[in-house]
Amino acid sequence: MTVGRPSMGVRDLLDEAVAGITARPVRTGLTMLGTVIGITTLVITLGVAATAADQIAGRFDAVTATEVTVVIPTLPDPALPGPVAWTALPDLVRLNGVRAAAAVARPDSSANARVRTNDLHDPTSVTDRILPVVGTTTGLPDVLGASMATGRYFDDGHVARHDRVAVLGGGAAKLLGVVTVDDGPAVFVDGQAFTVIGVLGPVTGGLDKGLSSSVLLPHTTGDDRLRLGPPTTVLIRTDLGAAPLIAEQAPIALSPNGHAALRVLAPPDPATLRGGVQHDVNGLFVVLGLVSLVVGAIGIANVTLVTVVERTGEIGLRRALGAARRHVAYQFLAESVVVGLIGGVLGASTGVVSVVAISISREWTPVLDLPIVAGAPVAGALVGLLAGLYPALRAARMQPVDALRSGT
Amino acid sequence: MTVIHLTGVGRTFPADPPVHALRDVDLRVEPGDYLSVVGASGSGKSTLLNTLGLLDRPDSGSYLLDGVETTTLDDRGRTSLRGSRIGFVFQAFHLLPHRSTVDNVALAEVYRKTDRAHRAQRAEAALARVGLAHRAAFDPGKLSGGERQRVAIARALVGEPALLLCDEPTGNLDRANTGAVLDLFDELGEQGVTLVVITHDEEVSARAARRVRIDDGRLSEELR
Ligand SMILES: Nc1ncnc2c1ncn2[C@@H]1O[C@H](COP(=O)(O)OP(=O)(O)O)[C@@H](O)[C@H]1O
Ligand SMILES: [Mg+2]
Repeated sequence: MTVGRPSMGVRDLLDEAVAGITARPVRTGLTMLGTVIGITTLVITLGVAATAADQIAGRFDAVTATEVTVVIPTLPDPALPGPVAWTALPDLVRLNGVRAAAAVARPDSSANARVRTNDLHDPTSVTDRILPVVGTTTGLPDVLGASMATGRYFDDGHVARHDRVAVLGGGAAKLLGVVTVDDGPAVFVDGQAFTVIGVLGPVTGGLDKGLSSSVLLPHTTGDDRLRLGPPTTVLIRTDLGAAPLIAEQAPIALSPNGHAALRVLAPPDPATLRGGVQHDVNGLFVVLGLVSLVVGAIGIANVTLVTVVERTGEIGLRRALGAARRHVAYQFLAESVVVGLIGGVLGASTGVVSVVAISISREWTPVLDLPIVAGAPVAGALVGLLAGLYPALRAARMQPVDALRSGT
Repeated sequence: MTVIHLTGVGRTFPADPPVHALRDVDLRVEPGDYLSVVGASGSGKSTLLNTLGLLDRPDSGSYLLDGVETTTLDDRGRTSLRGSRIGFVFQAFHLLPHRSTVDNVALAEVYRKTDRAHRAQRAEAALARVGLAHRAAFDPGKLSGGERQRVAIARALVGEPALLLCDEPTGNLDRANTGAVLDLFDELGEQGVTLVVITHDEEVSARAARRVRIDDGRLSEELR
């Protein structure tokens, strides 16, 4: 006859572990309480932080995050050359990370121009309007991310020839009753006629700043006819993530000597924003959650240790039935791991429900980090594993003879 | 093949003075033997049972179980041999609470390589053998003492061990229940089960076919 090795299947181990912890359901429930609280705290803390950060960063969406505005101080006399010349724009566009850029001249003097359409165009519409008139370079639609509702934007030819053409912002066209440019409608600004060659479509993002309700002229024409003067603003659309860099470089490219006078408006860095929020929220609660987990682990260890002593007779019996020391150790380890795992699952569920509830009450969109939610049960099991090590070792060390002597 | 073959087995516990719990014990038990071990309290009965059950290792001598020399085996080998060859019956029953009777009996197979599918069936068969088929779903806490001990015997019978080792099996039972358990031993003896029953109760030992007496660690067979 050969002497084999004692063996135990994984399913038997799990069955025995589950039977062990379900024998005293109330005690098992209380045992896992610390783990549940710890995991819940962690999931809520991380979940609320992620949700809040997303909420704040969400305001600066991908479009807004690529917008840089350079504000140029206006001089008392618009006839003088400003700190930024129209010809500086190509230097800016050459910068790495700049998608499109446009310079805009919008002096205070032209903010309230009297604008009317050709009376013959639509006799019924009220045609006298107070609208801003601005001079721009050709790249404006690209910068605004706007397409043309109808017609086209003026090009370099129009600019070079100082053509008396105009493009209406979407809002301005509506006010003026211009629907189509097929018949070459004219607008009169302070009595001067311009042919409307296009209407701008809707503007997305934050660069609009009233442009869609303005009359847009080639800057050359605008300067000639209405003394719009040098650029007052430069609008820049950057590549994603390039905004902070371009915000630094743009003033120098636009005005190597006068860049100090320029003011730059750039979106806050979303990463910094998110990190900052998480920093504020997390610190204390993460510590709290971890402390709860440690307390939970101590709880499991304590109760398992008591259980081991209570079940001395059972340990002796199992050894008599052929359980090796390691089988006894595995069983108590499996029991504490299952307790920790269930605690982790309960904690994660409670945490997720809480995060959703908090988000709903604040009208936020809940953000649940999958690794956190999925990792919570693993963390619980780990807590159980660590907590079970010592009791399992104690159980395995028992001499079967001594264990069987106990009357239970 | 001889089930138990002890030659010159000794077991001394370190104390001041040292306790010689077993001294130069020789014993042969053949298949189908029904042997009782009697002796006063502290005479060494439990030490003998622990030795026979591979729960304790003798300091000297040789112990062959089913022809296998056990004194040279390591812990693992003895555990495996114990699980597969020996069925234990204890005075305290050692049934697990919160587990059904049939679960308690099936526990005997958890540490053996057997198919799980028919485990419950075999446990029920063992319960039937001790006359408790109708108690399979019971909580052991609801059984009488005699019934509990019969459940423990059923657990020990699962897997047809070479040897059934019983330590004071009737120690916690009243007259009537003792009688039922002894009747069961008689039946098992007739079926060819090898039985070693340790007891301090002369009446219990009188039912066994062979009787050995242990006195201060020395074993002597009483011929009848
Ligand atoms: N682990 C031990 N350490 C020291 N002495 C022991 C130990 N186990 C048993 N003994 C002693 O050995 C002797 C025999 O014990 P035991 O076999 O339990 O006797 P019985 O079962 O016949 O009452 C007793 O004197 C007992 O005190
Ligand atoms: Mg004893």
